[in-house]
Amino acid sequence: MADVVPICEPAPMPGVSAHFEENPFMRRLCFWCVALGLTVSAVQAQNNPSEAEQIRRQLQQANEAFQKAVEEYRKATEALNQRLEQLQSKEGRAAPTVSTNPPVAAATNNVPPAVAEKPWSATDPIRVGGPQAYLNLSFDALFAAGWTTAEDVGALQLGGHDPNQRGFTVQNLEAVFEGRVDPYLRGQASIVLQIDPDGETVVEAEEAFLETMSLPWNLQVKAGQYFTEFGRLNPTHPHTWDFVDQPLVNGRFFGGDGLRNPGARVSWLVPTPFYSEVFLGVQNSQGETAESFRSDHEDEFFLGRPAVETRVKGFGDMLYTPRYAASFNLTDEQTLVLGGSGAFGPNASGSDTDTQIYGVDLFYKWKPRTHSKGFPYVSWQSEWMYRRYEAGTFEGDADHPAQPRETLKDWGMYSQVSWGFRRGWVGSLRGDYVTGEDAALGSDADRDTRWRISPALTYYPTEFSKVRLQYNYDDRDHIGVDHSVWLQFEFLLGAHAAHKF
Amino acid sequence: MNSVAFVALQIMTPIASTPQRFNSSRRRILQFTLLTPLRHGCVLLLVLASLFATLPVQAKLNVVATLPDYGAIAQVIGGDKVKVTSLVRGTEDPHFVDARPSFIRVLNQADVLLESGADLEIGWLPPLVNSARNAKILGDSPGHVLLSRGLRMLDVPSGPIDRSMGDVHPAGNPHFHLDPANGRTLAATIAQAFTALDPANKAAYEANLKQFNTRLDAKLAEWKRALEPLRGTKVITYHKSFDYLLDAFGLVLAGTIEPKPGIEPSPTHINALIPRAKSDGVKLILIEPNRPRKTPGFVAESIGAKLLVLPQSVGGAEKVTDYFGLFDYDVGLIVEAFKQSK
Repeated sequence: MADVVPICEPAPMPGVSAHFEENPFMRRLCFWCVALGLTVSAVQAQNNPSEAEQIRRQLQQANEAFQKAVEEYRKATEALNQRLEQLQSKEGRAAPTVSTNPPVAAATNNVPPAVAEKPWSATDPIRVGGPQAYLNLSFDALFAAGWTTAEDVGALQLGGHDPNQRGFTVQNLEAVFEGRVDPYLRGQASIVLQIDPDGETVVEAEEAFLETMSLPWNLQVKAGQYFTEFGRLNPTHPHTWDFVDQPLVNGRFFGGDGLRNPGARVSWLVPTPFYSEVFLGVQNSQGETAESFRSDHEDEFFLGRPAVETRVKGFGDMLYTPRYAASFNLTDEQTLVLGGSGAFGPNASGSDTDTQIYGVDLFYKWKPRTHSKGFPYVSWQSEWMYRRYEAGTFEGDADHPAQPRETLKDWGMYSQVSWGFRRGWVGSLRGDYVTGEDAALGSDADRDTRWRISPALTYYPTEFSKVRLQYNYDDRDHIGVDHSVWLQFEFLLGAHAAHKF
Repeated sequence: MNSVAFVALQIMTPIASTPQRFNSSRRRILQFTLLTPLRHGCVLLLVLASLFATLPVQAKLNVVATLPDYGAIAQVIGGDKVKVTSLVRGTEDPHFVDARPSFIRVLNQADVLLESGADLEIGWLPPLVNSARNAKILGDSPGHVLLSRGLRMLDVPSGPIDRSMGDVHPAGNPHFHLDPANGRTLAATIAQAFTALDPANKAAYEANLKQFNTRLDAKLAEWKRALEPLRGTKVITYHKSFDYLLDAFGLVLAGTIEPKPGIEPSPTHINALIPRAKSDGVKLILIEPNRPRKTPGFVAESIGAKLLVLPQSVGGAEKVTDYFGLFDYDVGLIVEAFKQSK
């Protein structure tokens, strides 16, 4: 009891005294205020019943009128089409293929969407995703070929889907399933395959989540297995990147596959005059995709210590991930997106040790009003991350020295610029830097300073394929300089994937 | 909204009092690094939100259109009863618009979304609509208007399609606003949508629609008269974006600079195009303002044709500020170029 630190600071309201927790009267007052507030909200939110009736009646009338008018127009259009065909057959010209989309019934019940009518024939191939869009399926295949001076490519390239050998790498074979589940939800899943340096196929259930389409109060809930929305790069898939490989800081703090775990996230679109959104997520804190948290690192030592048996004892043992993002249209042609993120949770180096990761991200894009197919453009993206890792005591064993309890502070950043100078051609340059504060741990491959420069040139024949050439200059403390050249190529099949900005 | 702020403030204080499950250092860290800034941040945002939420609610219908042409028609039909925002600029290529986060806010507040319904915006609009949290513009809600309904579409593919054909839209050529006769159907669809959502102003929308139709009929006759001498003239365009305009006035498309929709011109294709265009007697090459000039310029020179830069949307040129203005400008340019080439 002596250690009780009051979480509840005195609320900034008149008449509320300090020592909130110890005052039963204040607790009761709080409870009744909440109850009252909720009731007031509920009453306010409820429509005046007679008004609702009126609106319902009006809506019904409007729907009937709409249906009638649409019927009339359909008849008129059909008549015109027939007349046109008559005229054209008279002139001896082949009639162009015409299609009149049948009008949609008024939306009071679940009505199937209108489809372009095409006569079906038994010889039509069975295609995934005909005129309906129950499931959008796409498949993206990403490969790399190249050479590096480093012997251990796995230690050089920190990304799990980076080129992993001298020769050819199957980086990422991704099947994405996406669609509207019902009027209220959207679902998305991605299953990823890759082939490791030994030729073994690895399958990952990368993401599978639902997202609400329209909750009240501008909220949105996402639940399932998903990439944590931390910074700009972590939630994205490797085939959307401007470079062949993952930035060093992401690889260090989040691991090769990025920070992702099952969980749920609520986000709120803040009613400010510019775009701004608040995210709050909670996810599991263990697993190989929670590198700086309760991952057991496959029973290997991490930061000088073995993983300790940890259990989820309470809400505090989950991974919490708040984020705030805002976007400003600097001019008609320039956009700026800024964000701040956090990831807080326990780690596996002790029974009561935590990790906090903070990140700030920035994205700037210039695209002229008269762009041709999106070119030219210039974009700049940067992220800075700082990690505070509480490391537990380790008694030491035959092969490893003892470690005291300490807090390891690391930070890193990357900054990349891309210039789409011609339709289909993008030149890019990225700088990476990661380092850590000196600690009793001493030199550790996961904390030593390293930096990298990567120029790259990409050619997109269309949005559905690309070829990219990249050179990496890697400088690692205690190891030295390495050079790598990677050639990446990609193809995309299926539904047109529209990506977030 | 203010009651929400009040309730949330009360909630934030008691919810944090779960000391039993935390050990001391974790609790301290969580308190200083998460709960306190989170609470302060939430309070700040709630205050901001209630400030902005208490601003007077617009009585006008909030209309968001993808193309500025749809927006221009909507403005005429709605008059002062609507507030229209267009997401795409007239000079832009509508296939390749950036999904700027600010559009999410715009879509969140929309009562009506006017889109082509022919997958013209499929490369950028879906993630915006998915994040907009606005049921009014989803699926088959009355506020979600697909403007291709009831239109006669050109180039509807009659067999299976795949990407070896380039960027072919399954519903047909989506640049249908460039046939002024389609403007009639577009205006009618928009007027119906407005009336369904705002029946109180039905009379105003109908009156505006009538005025629009009268003006359109008169203008259409004028344009047809001006382009009558050009009936049957063969032209080349960059992309298949002017098909509806050509079809409306009897001009013939004799080829495109792109070998297939969305595919950049290759030397092989251009070398085959030039002799064919010469023998066809092509005198005009029409391109939009955002196209590169080099290749079309080369083709024009080689076949002795005039290169015309025609805006394909309202706002594509400084003088083009409304739907009728677009055709006045384009028709005027074509007639002028034809006269000069004689």
